[in-house]
Amino acid sequence: MHLILFLIFGAVCVAGAVNLLLQHHPIDSALSLVVVMGALAAEYLLLGAEFVAAVQVIVYAGAIMVLFVFVIMLLNAGEEARSGGSRIAWVIGVPGMLLGGILMSWVLLKHSGTGQVEVGSLPGSPQDIGWLLFHDFLLPFEVTSILVLIAIMGAVVLASHAQSAEKKEG
Amino acid sequence: MSVGLFILVSLVKIALVFFILLTAVAYTVWLERKVVGHMQNRWGPTRVGPFGLLQPAADGVKFLFKEDLTPPHVHKTLYIAAPMIAVMFALTSIAVIPFGNWVAIGDTIYTPLQITDVNIGLLVILGVTSLGVYGIALSGWSSNNKYSLLGGLRASAQMISYEISLGLSLVGVLILSGSFSLREIVQAQSGHFWGFIPKWNIFYGGQFVAFFVYLMAAYAETNRIPFDLPEAETELVAGYHTEYSAMKFAMFFMAEYANMVTVGCLATLLFLGGWSGPIFGPYILQVLLPVFWFVAKVFVFMFIYIWVRGTLPRFRYDQLMAFGWKFLLPVAIANVVITALIVALRS
Repeated sequence: MHLILFLIFGAVCVAGAVNLLLQHHPIDSALSLVVVMGALAAEYLLLGAEFVAAVQVIVYAGAIMVLFVFVIMLLNAGEEARSGGSRIAWVIGVPGMLLGGILMSWVLLKHSGTGQVEVGSLPGSPQDIGWLLFHDFLLPFEVTSILVLIAIMGAVVLASHAQSAEKKEG
Repeated sequence: MSVGLFILVSLVKIALVFFILLTAVAYTVWLERKVVGHMQNRWGPTRVGPFGLLQPAADGVKFLFKEDLTPPHVHKTLYIAAPMIAVMFALTSIAVIPFGNWVAIGDTIYTPLQITDVNIGLLVILGVTSLGVYGIALSGWSSNNKYSLLGGLRASAQMISYEISLGLSLVGVLILSGSFSLREIVQAQSGHFWGFIPKWNIFYGGQFVAFFVYLMAAYAETNRIPFDLPEAETELVAGYHTEYSAMKFAMFFMAEYANMVTVGCLATLLFLGGWSGPIFGPYILQVLLPVFWFVAKVFVFMFIYIWVRGTLPRFRYDQLMAFGWKFLLPVAIANVVITALIVALRS
């Protein structure tokens, strides 16, 4: 049952990702990405990580992707112009991607094996994640929050700079 | 309980809850027209049935038989999908809301008064409602109309801004109860302070601040007056649903009122003690009284919604953004910090 559901949501995820690349219109691509996020959340749920799944939906599908759609709507972006892709991308990119994929799956299979994991045996509850974040990984967590703070301040500086420049012109 | 019986009980519960929710949505519309009418010295609906009680049915029939227009140059797929997305996510969130205690029918059936009890119920509701934004944003974009687009843009900006305050206002409650399960949050609120004040979260450790933030953010999330700028009819015709008619428009309408019901249920569960209240009498009363208290509290919440609509004017857009980011958000964060400090010092 779990395997069947895993395969179904995995297929949805990959199909969404491929559709993202194939669509001509930015809004259609953004919505495909929402589908990918939703399918990933379902996969997390299958692994017994219900908290991560909920956060995936709330943060990625519900907030970040809404902002993507918002920006596309705001800019009123039209359809992309089609280009056949550069020749270098075809000659080097596609084989390189295949090689990288094979290498990665080989390393993953060699080092982790194909063991089976019972659902719910891995830490996935809110308590477990809270303990990991605020106890075992407290320093990385705080460093990340400072990084995010720097990014926010950068955005504020950039926005206020543009505004004062506008005032000078007007 | 066997699997077959479990499925049967679940199906009955789903049908019942769905029916009650849709009826509640229809009669909230009736209540709103009636109450706002009386506030403005009018009668509201009176013609269809006694006190106009059959007005929702008449409205439903009207929506079904109206001409379903699709304007030219719309993005066809998204134009049709948008109202469905809006109403689907609005109706989904009721699935995890508990209405009362566990019920035993005979010896074989023992089930909670709730479609499904998940241990991250609160997060499920937040996730589902945050996806509801797509319905509004996409309807605004796909209609190919400047008023719709402006309405959709306003709606998505407003909902993302207020979602942060809404989420943070709930953190205080989560710290106090220590669970994401709505059932456990309600159970943590049973009992009384000094024997007579109910131990609801709103009376507990300054959580009335959180309740205030939640109330404001919830009004903004459901696009209600005074935060109804996405459909401000004096500026935007009807905002994001300008180009919609017949049943597609009715879906947006239903989504708005279903969201109001969900928000009312959540406020009741998190701040007003859910179904807790005086319980007495035989077993059937002991089962039905908690449901009655729950519905009564939600009703009060809906009435305040309508009251506010009959009283307050609309914000200006810059006021709305300033209120959300410069007032509600700091208050919500301060509440989280203070509640966490109190709990940490007490333990």
